[in-house]
Amino acid sequence: MSDTVGATATLRGIPAAWRLLTVGGVLSFRGLFNWLNPYIYIPSLLIAPIFQILLFAYVGRAAGAESDSFYLVGNAIQYASIPCLFAMANTIAGERWTQTLGIVLSTPANRVALFLGRSIPVIANGWFVALFGLVVGAWVLGVPLPPQTWAGIVLCVAIASISCTGLGLLQAAVGLRVRSTAVLGNIVFGVLLIFTGTNVALDAMPGWMAAVGRWMPLTHGIEACREVLAGASLGAVLPVLARELAIGLGYAALGLLALRRVERVSRLRATLELQ
Amino acid sequence: MTAGATRALRVLWVGYLLQLKILAVNAFDGVLNVIYPLFFATCALLMFSQSGDPQALVYAALGSAVMGTWSAMATSASGALQGLRWQGVLELLVCAPTRVGLAILPITGALATVALYSFVATLVWSRVLFGIEVSVASPLGLIVAMLVTLASLATFGFLLSVTVVRYRTGWALGNALEYPGWLLCGFLVPLQLFPEWVRWIAYLLPPTWGMDAIRAAAAGGDPWRDIAICALVGLGYAVLATVLSERLIDSARRHATLALT
Repeated sequence: MSDTVGATATLRGIPAAWRLLTVGGVLSFRGLFNWLNPYIYIPSLLIAPIFQILLFAYVGRAAGAESDSFYLVGNAIQYASIPCLFAMANTIAGERWTQTLGIVLSTPANRVALFLGRSIPVIANGWFVALFGLVVGAWVLGVPLPPQTWAGIVLCVAIASISCTGLGLLQAAVGLRVRSTAVLGNIVFGVLLIFTGTNVALDAMPGWMAAVGRWMPLTHGIEACREVLAGASLGAVLPVLARELAIGLGYAALGLLALRRVERVSRLRATLELQ
Repeated sequence: MTAGATRALRVLWVGYLLQLKILAVNAFDGVLNVIYPLFFATCALLMFSQSGDPQALVYAALGSAVMGTWSAMATSASGALQGLRWQGVLELLVCAPTRVGLAILPITGALATVALYSFVATLVWSRVLFGIEVSVASPLGLIVAMLVTLASLATFGFLLSVTVVRYRTGWALGNALEYPGWLLCGFLVPLQLFPEWVRWIAYLLPPTWGMDAIRAAAAGGDPWRDIAICALVGLGYAVLATVLSERLIDSARRHATLALT
């Protein structure tokens, strides 16, 4: 009898979790990620990545290191970390600033649906920002993007965005404990810039840096996208993309566990809404 | 010295000390302005180290060190007045019985001091991590070039901060200016790689001349001409910013937008 009641409750919970995952996620993203204001979005997420690409492409020319295509792909995808990290932190840790965190966490809502739902618009936004940088950067630098590579590029960028949002989920959990989420986000962005092979190929880095880079999100996404642009088929890069996705899901799982722990500790210590 | 000039100097000095104390406890300006450019410096040094040319590494080390000064100005100065607005003290500053410029210039002056720390930290970083020894042929020239560059940047930051007083998300504009400044001022990319029209934009930015002077002082060239041009460009920005600050603040008062966040 109790098994039947439990199963019925679980079935009833599925539509609620689905609504929380989709509608709740979009509403939270729109409400808490204030960078959607065009006065912030355009300079920070559309113009800045173009100049990051140009900066490193020109530094590369001055240093005689790699091709424009290398820096274009690396920096366009790496810049997805800005929307992925900052938006993820804003849409979760931002609840504390709006004094709504306590209300959200006092609901019996499914936590996985609650937090993963917020990550879906973040992934879509990161994907758009990276693709925009890639296409406009290619046009400015004169790097050809042949039509047969488009599908592969779109997939590589999407998986890199998913992976980086996984790290963003972990950062959001930390953001519930530390006050300066902007500082934290910028530091993580800097670490990704150095270690993911964005501007220096892993082979050209000291061994320990390359080893660290292989466990970070974006590294394999960037590598796969470079291979696709160099003419590799989608099938050939699938193992690299699978590794990128696995790393991202690993960070997301860690993030969800961290969020659960932070929630429990914050309740015990009454620090949930401390600013 | 007249009583008015003494009073103005006192406002500048006390304001500078106060702002420096505020920056020292502000994680974003105090910590990030020092750490953030190190990430980019590391990237640039790793890129230049691929060439295997020791002179290229010295070029990159000096350029990376000055890059941080631009970050401190572009990002932070753009949001400086907005910061005052959020703290609720912008109206008080405007109402103070002194010129607005005298109240704002110490903010960008304090940011320039953080930038100086960033310059030294990046050079130490280059030495410790990459073993790059930057030998300086004219230490006096280098010190003067650096101080004039920072002073010019402070006046440029002053102009930036008053220009965006009506722009509520000025910090975003500052973020967007960071990369163009790094690209155009000749920190890591020789201006010869750019088209002619881009070089003219670079010549209007004080760090372009400051960077040339610093490189000349380090290499044993004559830095004084570039130092003089850097100072003149900085002075031009100071005059422009003073005039604009009065007009823009008056306009904000007339439209009752001074306290709007």
